[in-house]
Amino acid sequence: MDLISIRDLNKETVGEILDLANDVADGKKKPDLKGKIIATLFFEPSTRTKLSFQSAAMRTGMSDLDFLADLSSLKKGESFADTIKTVEGYADILVVRHKKEGSARLAADMSEKPVVNGGDGGNQHPTQTLIDLFSIRRMKGKIGELNVTLMGDLKHARTMRSLLYGLSMFGANVTLISPKGLEMDPEYIKEVEEKFKVKVKTKNEPEFRDADVLYVCRIQAERFADPYEAQSVMKKFRLMKSDLEGTKKELIILHPLPKINEIDAEIDKMPQAKYFEQAHYGVPLRIAVIDYVLRK
Amino acid sequence: MLKVDVIEKGTVVDHIKAGKGAKVLKLMGIGEDYPYRVALMMHVPSKKTKEKDIVKIAERMITEKEANIIALISPGATINIIEEGKVKKKYTVDLPEKLEGNGICPNPNCITRSEKDVEQRFAKEDSNYRCHYCERVFKAEELV
Repeated sequence: MDLISIRDLNKETVGEILDLANDVADGKKKPDLKGKIIATLFFEPSTRTKLSFQSAAMRTGMSDLDFLADLSSLKKGESFADTIKTVEGYADILVVRHKKEGSARLAADMSEKPVVNGGDGGNQHPTQTLIDLFSIRRMKGKIGELNVTLMGDLKHARTMRSLLYGLSMFGANVTLISPKGLEMDPEYIKEVEEKFKVKVKTKNEPEFRDADVLYVCRIQAERFADPYEAQSVMKKFRLMKSDLEGTKKELIILHPLPKINEIDAEIDKMPQAKYFEQAHYGVPLRIAVIDYVLRK
Repeated sequence: MLKVDVIEKGTVVDHIKAGKGAKVLKLMGIGEDYPYRVALMMHVPSKKTKEKDIVKIAERMITEKEANIIALISPGATINIIEEGKVKKKYTVDLPEKLEGNGICPNPNCITRSEKDVEQRFAKEDSNYRCHYCERVFKAEELV
């Protein structure tokens, strides 16, 4: 099977992948994929996604074909499609990241081999969503009924739309907090509410006292026409130690990383800060994904 | 009362959404160099929709692909195929459940806009269409 979009997955499939990742993380299962080859085709930069896929592959005994876009025939003008059609003959599974939306779907349509979307522009990043769901379930023991607040630029962050979809699939109570003008597309919220029969709350103020999980994402200065407004909004939404006063004792803070300055460095040392642990879960989760898609 | 002669052979597209008749001609590639009779009637009174556009094109049979595209900008339009001065075939176009090879994704960052020879694919959701590739949802007329 291919893993292109969270929209392609149902609750049962997501549950199976998360269960497998849990067993991998606990050392109860260790998929043996010796002899298989993974091709990591990253047409644009990545730290966590690429390295954790490569780490996951190595830990299962796979070999990795590392595609370096700058040193490839793309420089001679070779198309994306031709690159995929060529590389599918060299590997058993392809992981694709490309800035164009729909690139991974196109790769999957063309390739006989399983394709995993490593991020296609502003569209989908399904394994990041699975890591987020896995982190929440592992740290809190469940996803459903938790109060989960997503805060930041919800208009442009691809991970947040997919995450809202995944959280709603499991029945979490989601609150969206964003500066004015950077709200998530209301049509998307409506679609999720209708599909999963949930009610999503929206706010423009950084207030999250009832949250069990606070998921922060970046606000980029270049999204604002007025630099002064950018500065004041970023300051207002920057998470400081003092902002955690009065919040739930068991609150956990997640972030897809890279974080720039939206979370004060002091918070990194606090027990609520779980974003590096979340990034580390990329390995067991991606081991589970690789094993799952190769079997299905 | 505006009167336009009947055509012996060709296509009449009736019940076009008012104001969209010129676009229908454009979509069918009927321009200033078309050598046969063409009539475009705009804002014609209509019992069903208050007003409508009508186009009559002599010596030109509409293709299925063109009819599907017309459905996107004017669902409910009626296609009449005329032969020997009579209506040989008549049907109403409606929004298809799927579009394959028709329409263009308006998202400039969609892979279909930069990669050659990729067939456009859309699936209908309510009265909108979702791009198979970039997953964005658009109004039907945005795909034309």
